[in-house]
Amino acid sequence: MASAAFSVFDRGQAAPSDALGKSRDGPVVSQATAPARSAAFHVRRAEDADLAKVIALDMEVTGVAKDAYWADLHERYATRRPGERFFFVAESADKRQILGFVIGEIRAWEFGSEPCGWVFGVSVDPEVREHGVGERLLETISAAFRDAGVGKMRTLISHGNHLLMSFFRSQGMMAGPYLQLERDLP
Amino acid sequence: MKLQIASRLAVFAVLELAAHPDRQISAAEIADKYGVSTHHLAKVMHTLGRAGLVRSVRGAGGGYQFSGNAKRTTLIDIIQLFERVGDVENASGEPGEDTSAGGALRQILDEIDDITRATLSSVTVSTLLKLIDRRGSAGPSDVGVGATPYS
Repeated sequence: MASAAFSVFDRGQAAPSDALGKSRDGPVVSQATAPARSAAFHVRRAEDADLAKVIALDMEVTGVAKDAYWADLHERYATRRPGERFFFVAESADKRQILGFVIGEIRAWEFGSEPCGWVFGVSVDPEVREHGVGERLLETISAAFRDAGVGKMRTLISHGNHLLMSFFRSQGMMAGPYLQLERDLP
Repeated sequence: MKLQIASRLAVFAVLELAAHPDRQISAAEIADKYGVSTHHLAKVMHTLGRAGLVRSVRGAGGGYQFSGNAKRTTLIDIIQLFERVGDVENASGEPGEDTSAGGALRQILDEIDDITRATLSSVTVSTLLKLIDRRGSAGPSDVGVGATPYS
């Protein structure tokens, strides 16, 4: 599974409230029309120039600065194997803000699983939540996975993160056939 | 996991009403659809009303309307009005709970309870309505189809 699993998106997120236009994949494309502070946005592949804004957004959401981690993640997921690694950002229409991002990749045969798409990072600016940004990001990476030939998308969520789980469930995701186990090492 | 009948009825009633926010639906219609007594459902509706999830509209053509937020109201919000869900306190006082075996058993049962709570806390009314639509079976969306489906 994803080597850098994480989930952000963890403060004040609720189910998105508007439906945005469908798109097959990014670089994108459709404009949101919800009455958000930043009403219009588009979703596209992350670029080098986005890194500082992504780090700032993650810092705002999680409260933890991790520049080196993000630089490494960006290098691996935004610049390599674009057919199976996906790093999308939602950018405001005026191109001044990054409103959210989603990261995932196709992994095969781990845990006995056929190839599937793993979403291991998703975050939306708290100021624009409930306006379809997360939904649009998930639609985009879903389309990218589908276009890459896989038919299943998975993620991993903390039991305690009911809001993030609500978001994924609102997008049609259900419990899968795997159960995560762990132990403390002596 | 099995829900108590009052919880099941409450979930069904909320789904029926939330699926038709522009209609008032009588308790008799809902009771008829799910094969329960109107009297039993009335008590459930009363509890839902006190919780602010439904409101009654009096007069001709009156009935109930969903008054919660479908994108925020989760299954646990409804079910916990009628029963405790995965509540550790519920198990206190059980024989052998202070033994090491009792503790080990409690740890395993807590795992199950955690998953139950997480699941019920993350499924909203809105998500359930989408699931019903996807399943394409007879659900709330078929309430009221036709002129007088319930007598």
